[in-house]
Amino acid sequence: MAKKLMKGCEAIGEAAIQAGCRLFFGYPITPQNEIPEYMSGRLPQVGGVFVQAESEVAASNMLYGAAGAGCRCFTSSSSPGISLMAEAMSYIAASELPVVFVNIMRAGPGLGGILPSQADYRQATKGAGHGDYRLLVLAPSTVQEAADLTMEAFDLADKYRSPVMILGDGLIGQMMEPVEFKRHIEPQDLPVKPWATTGAQGRPPNIINSLYLNPEDLEKHNWDLYRKYQAMASEVRHETYRADEKLDVLIVAYGTVARISRTSIDALREKGLKVGLFRPITLYPYPSEALARSVELADRIVVTELNTGQMLDDVRAVVAGRRPVEFFGRVGGMIMSAEELAENVERIAAVPA
Amino acid sequence: MYSEIIMAGFGGQGVLLIGKLLAYAGMKGGLEVTWMPAYGPEMRGGTCNCTVVLSDRQVGSPISRSPHGAVVLNLQSIDKFEPTIRPGGIMVVNTSLINRSAVRDDLIVVPVAANQIALEAGSAKATNMVALGAFLGASGLVDLGLVKATLAETFAGRPKIVQLNHVCLDKGFAIGQTCAAVPAGR
Repeated sequence: MAKKLMKGCEAIGEAAIQAGCRLFFGYPITPQNEIPEYMSGRLPQVGGVFVQAESEVAASNMLYGAAGAGCRCFTSSSSPGISLMAEAMSYIAASELPVVFVNIMRAGPGLGGILPSQADYRQATKGAGHGDYRLLVLAPSTVQEAADLTMEAFDLADKYRSPVMILGDGLIGQMMEPVEFKRHIEPQDLPVKPWATTGAQGRPPNIINSLYLNPEDLEKHNWDLYRKYQAMASEVRHETYRADEKLDVLIVAYGTVARISRTSIDALREKGLKVGLFRPITLYPYPSEALARSVELADRIVVTELNTGQMLDDVRAVVAGRRPVEFFGRVGGMIMSAEELAENVERIAAVPA
Repeated sequence: MYSEIIMAGFGGQGVLLIGKLLAYAGMKGGLEVTWMPAYGPEMRGGTCNCTVVLSDRQVGSPISRSPHGAVVLNLQSIDKFEPTIRPGGIMVVNTSLINRSAVRDDLIVVPVAANQIALEAGSAKATNMVALGAFLGASGLVDLGLVKATLAETFAGRPKIVQLNHVCLDKGFAIGQTCAAVPAGR
């Protein structure tokens, strides 16, 4: 397929179709409405079903049912809507169902605003709902990556029988960039799910459940889930930019802030400051070992996010006091310009370590 | 090559469309491109705008604090964006709706009576195309032929629209070319 210019939201929607997903359940919220809009047009064309539910709570429980029946399905929402889906997310994780959630983050807390934000990092990586569960979280930085990661998210959800989240922000949702769909899967070519509740004729019934009243059973279930999350460590991925040498400053950023950082880095390099970027692509599992190696090359670390410092905690845990870790963030829907970030990195670098 | 361009005007003047055309044509010309619309409260108060970034390497930030060029179709837009353009940058000004001159003397200003020219060519709806043509003529950033081809694909099956828009692009382009042809960007 030739390259097309698409909004991130549309690219995510088309990627879901190309991944063989034929079911979408959701409820409108800015700034991700282009995803349900796109799905409502595309799904009927390919024999799929688009459901605008009466609420996010309903949509997320419809996902529980559809995934339990063995179907690839996904939803998209934005921050307050994801909070409403958090209960079902916990049930979906507990019942080991593959569901893809897309969160195009807006500024919070509460209803907040509709402009871009990364304020849900903690919610996504540490657990939105209750209980000892994890989401595999992928943070795209370009529209192409949003499409590629969305396709992979369905495979990863199936592989681990676990919910997977695409965590983007308003920028990546609204921005247009060239995108190419490199794979195409028809639903009938997807691997069979022998655990799904597809009708028990001729086989013992399958049960999908999250209730374990016997504590011995529930303890075993919790440790089984834990081992699964440990196994997800093999999916860890990251990218670096101009970070393979001795650095004055290593910037750690994800999503669209990482690409703003690249522009800042080029400008700072022209001024003679050695700055590089470490960009986690998986936010859970976190690329801790790779980050630890990059940190060794840098005099100091600057974490930059569209929040007041959430991934900052994960970076500090990796650095463990071996280097100064500083933070620069914009919030409330405000976005740092590349110049502004460069100015702040320069200011931080000028202070003796 | 790296260039950030802002297209701004009233909602309905088609600034998002000419931004998309520029981005699409840039992509066809082998450039890395991004197109980013302003959404939310930014849209209030009479301006609608988008930012296009064209580059020969991966685009970093899709938003711009100080663009290399701007196309402004109404008064609110020139007020908002004239102060932000980098020195030496191009500013296409729609003189049909903007009754003041540029304040700055360090820009390449391209005055074009875009509404009037479009109306004379057949429809004021093509005002945006006159302005885009003028920007292309002055900047040489993207080949006019690529923009025309993209437009023909966008409006496939509607030859009258394509023809009108092509005429308006040409008229704007000719005006743009008469202004100092210094390439925008670095």
